[in-house]
Amino acid sequence: MAVQGILTVIKFVVIAIAILVLGLITSWIDRKVTARIQARVGPPWFQPIADILKLLGKETLVPEGAGRNVFLYAPVIGLAGMALAAALLGNALISPEVGFVGDVVVLVYLLVIPAIALIIGASASGNPMAAVGASREMKLILGYELPYLIVIATVIYKTGFTLKLGDIVETQALDGWNLWSISGVIGFFILLLSAQAKLGLVPFDIPEADQELMGGVITEYSGPPLALIRITKTMLLAVLPLLMVTLLMGGVQFEGLSILWGFLKYLVIVVLIVLIRNTNPRVRIDQALKFFWGPVTALSIIAFILAYWGL
Amino acid sequence: MSLTRWALKKSPWVYHVALSPCNNCDIEILDLLTPRFDVERFGIKLVGSPRHADALLVSGSVNRHVLPRFIELYKQTAKPCVVFGIGSCALSMTMFRDSYNTVGPLDKVVKEIDPNAIIAYVPGCPPKPEAMILGVVKALQTL
Repeated sequence: MAVQGILTVIKFVVIAIAILVLGLITSWIDRKVTARIQARVGPPWFQPIADILKLLGKETLVPEGAGRNVFLYAPVIGLAGMALAAALLGNALISPEVGFVGDVVVLVYLLVIPAIALIIGASASGNPMAAVGASREMKLILGYELPYLIVIATVIYKTGFTLKLGDIVETQALDGWNLWSISGVIGFFILLLSAQAKLGLVPFDIPEADQELMGGVITEYSGPPLALIRITKTMLLAVLPLLMVTLLMGGVQFEGLSILWGFLKYLVIVVLIVLIRNTNPRVRIDQALKFFWGPVTALSIIAFILAYWGL
Repeated sequence: MSLTRWALKKSPWVYHVALSPCNNCDIEILDLLTPRFDVERFGIKLVGSPRHADALLVSGSVNRHVLPRFIELYKQTAKPCVVFGIGSCALSMTMFRDSYNTVGPLDKVVKEIDPNAIIAYVPGCPPKPEAMILGVVKALQTL
């Protein structure tokens, strides 16, 4: 029993690291595609790794008047939540039969932890820019979580009340992708927009807003804590498209060439995210909140009703 | 060569510091960061906070008014960091040399805060963006 437990832990760690590597590749694709859109050459392939390694080798500065422990532990908590979420999702994809009823719900909770950790860390840093960033991040979470949860509820309803990621994948293998229905398409776009907001990318990079808030929530972070935040963001960049593939596009099968097919689905979502990021200006926080609570939530409710009618 | 040193060379994040310049160098620095010159090839990225910066792009002859701010800012930057003096003013104070309010040059000011600081210069009035790229890349190779 104990041996099995240790093996599970090792498996989880390996999966989390694999997701981190996938995130690093995705992050490079993001920057390269952005560069090509702007008619540039773009960074070399090792750029995301170099960024993180460099930050790990730098000095950690704690600002005067900051809550030292909270400030330094917040990124660690964020990374812990993120790594656990990544391991849970990766585990469900690799071996759908393992897992437990309700891991979708656990995953949804775990995915909020990085954002909350950032808010706590920013509030502890004692910087007015970070405080404004934290307040915006809080409002943004309130905004995007509502439609996001309604869409996940829709997916759960469509697959016959399965609360297990593995079962959602298997149901889609039998009945076809959740995407191939009106409610599925609506859900896809809502998840895409929420992913944009969760990742803090333009048009919803309001909490970090480089030009007005100097980095916002991460203003005071330097060195290794900033590296941890970068790692968390990188993993999130891999986990959110993977979650969309799992919920709507039939997951990833790890047999021979189907891995490539799975990676292609993943890549389509990533490129869509990058395209949205590069063709939109930043919105104000009130506009973002109105957008998410108004049309997007209305659409997600319509998607749920359509799913109820079997469309 | 250690891994973090290599990473530092490959991803210098820059923070733009204007210490009483005439703005020509600043315009050239902003030109440098446009897609046309594509400094992301070298991993160079403009950051909004000195806490994230590895290189401070300083322009202008330093005067009394900005000196305390610069000292504060240099202390806020996470070490190791490189200070780049962009333009002839940061290098030699040019025509502001005998001015009553000038306390520069940059290297004297920086050495007073931190004797082990790494300082590099890009001369020119103002230097071309190409010259700045060359200067930054050359300076990083000597690290």
